[in-house]
Amino acid sequence: MLVLESVSYRYAGAARPSLRDVSLTLADGEVVGLAGPSEAGKTTLCLVASGLAPRTVGGTLTGRVLLDGEDAAPLPIHQLAGRIGIAFASPATQLSGVADTVYEEVAFGPMNLGLPRDDVIQRTDEALAALRIDPLAPRNPARLSGGQQQLVAIAGLLALRPGLLVLDEPTAQLDPAGSRLVADALARLAHGGASILIAEQKTDLLAEICHRVVVIAVGAVALEGPAAEVLADRRLDQLGVAAPAGVRLRRAAQAAGLPHAEQERLRQAVEA
Amino acid sequence: MVAVAIGGLVGPIILLLGAVLVPAIGAGVARPLVRATLLLSLPIAISVVLVNVFFFPGGQTVLFRIGPITATAEGLVFALEILARILAISGAITLFYLTTRPAELVVDLERRGVSARLTFVANASVQTVPAMVERAGQITAAQRARGLDTEGSVLRRLRGVLPIVGPAILGSIGEIEERTMALEARGFTRPGRRTLLWHPPDSGQQAAARWLLLAGGVLIVVARAAGWLPWLG
Repeated sequence: MLVLESVSYRYAGAARPSLRDVSLTLADGEVVGLAGPSEAGKTTLCLVASGLAPRTVGGTLTGRVLLDGEDAAPLPIHQLAGRIGIAFASPATQLSGVADTVYEEVAFGPMNLGLPRDDVIQRTDEALAALRIDPLAPRNPARLSGGQQQLVAIAGLLALRPGLLVLDEPTAQLDPAGSRLVADALARLAHGGASILIAEQKTDLLAEICHRVVVIAVGAVALEGPAAEVLADRRLDQLGVAAPAGVRLRRAAQAAGLPHAEQERLRQAVEA
Repeated sequence: MVAVAIGGLVGPIILLLGAVLVPAIGAGVARPLVRATLLLSLPIAISVVLVNVFFFPGGQTVLFRIGPITATAEGLVFALEILARILAISGAITLFYLTTRPAELVVDLERRGVSARLTFVANASVQTVPAMVERAGQITAAQRARGLDTEGSVLRRLRGVLPIVGPAILGSIGEIEERTMALEARGFTRPGRRTLLWHPPDSGQQAAARWLLLAGGVLIVVARAAGWLPWLG
């Protein structure tokens, strides 16, 4: 379980804090979505939650980040690596750049932890299978599509067997086919009971996989609640977040005065 | 190193043929080796020949004159000696790169106790080159699409390079922070040895060949220093 207690964060040299008094809980097996316009603080929240800020990026943090009840601040980053995995928007920069094959790329994290060889192999095999990318194992990661590279990056995290995953806009730099590939994989992980904190502009993806959604605006929590309620909230537009396609379609149907039965049929079609 | 230590003309040439060219033929890389070695050596070879042939101190045997400048036979011999050493050195380095896979090299170095960070830097540097070339190609295409002229005279091409080099370098620097964070998140900074999944095969014959080469090199240098091999020139 991950708990952020009244967290505020300011980057070194910044005029104002990027996060202001943010409290958030991610229970085991829960998928929480982070929505918000650009520069709202989603990436910063992901960095704080994963322990990379302020350790790696500097800056000042107030408040507490608790991991399974333990204060995460004193933990060295390599210990956190086995407990929280973080993926970023750009697929290419997450690859180690030193692996000739996807298999070695996925094994990179467990190898860094100095685990026994058989354990590394088992974790790597499981991570590849979990994302159904075993056929890519002998391929050169640099020669894959963006969507495939993102899956390899996420598999690299899964191989570390973290208790929770933090995903910072994992489909932001992908084409529609790549986005679909990653979304399907995330949906499988979510339905399989993984704990995931995912920042994403694409609210359709959040609607598909999240139990709860938190909307961030100017570094603070603006809306929070069950995904279906928050993503249907009319205040989303004012906060600079586009509602999911299904919600917009329903509103358009209501505005056009379609009969309730027709609206219901549309809703079912979109959900299908 | 041995070529430099033994000096003269015959020694480095024998080394170049026996320790570089013959193994290269055996490995099937003789043609790229000769091409790359000559390309590597050419700039320094030209300056070595020009400086020594025309300005060798104490040169007495005149070969020909160009105005006030005199070419001497002593200068030519010295230039050839230097040239043989340069070719031996650049040939050996080229042979190493042509016959060694970077991944195998770094894994083997790590297996022998070299720091994982050091081997990572070495490997990442080599692997980054194709990525940089690809990025430069993408930027070139994008800049051309916006009207940048990268063809024509040398001056025009040079002018066209600037708008490509800037984004290529700045883009790479911009990626460093995210790459660093991604490595940290995968336990790269953990102290201690990493697990290695594999290592390149190292047969007894290969190990024996390495020790023989080393012993042979030391023997030649010692023999040369003791004056036992005057015929090496």
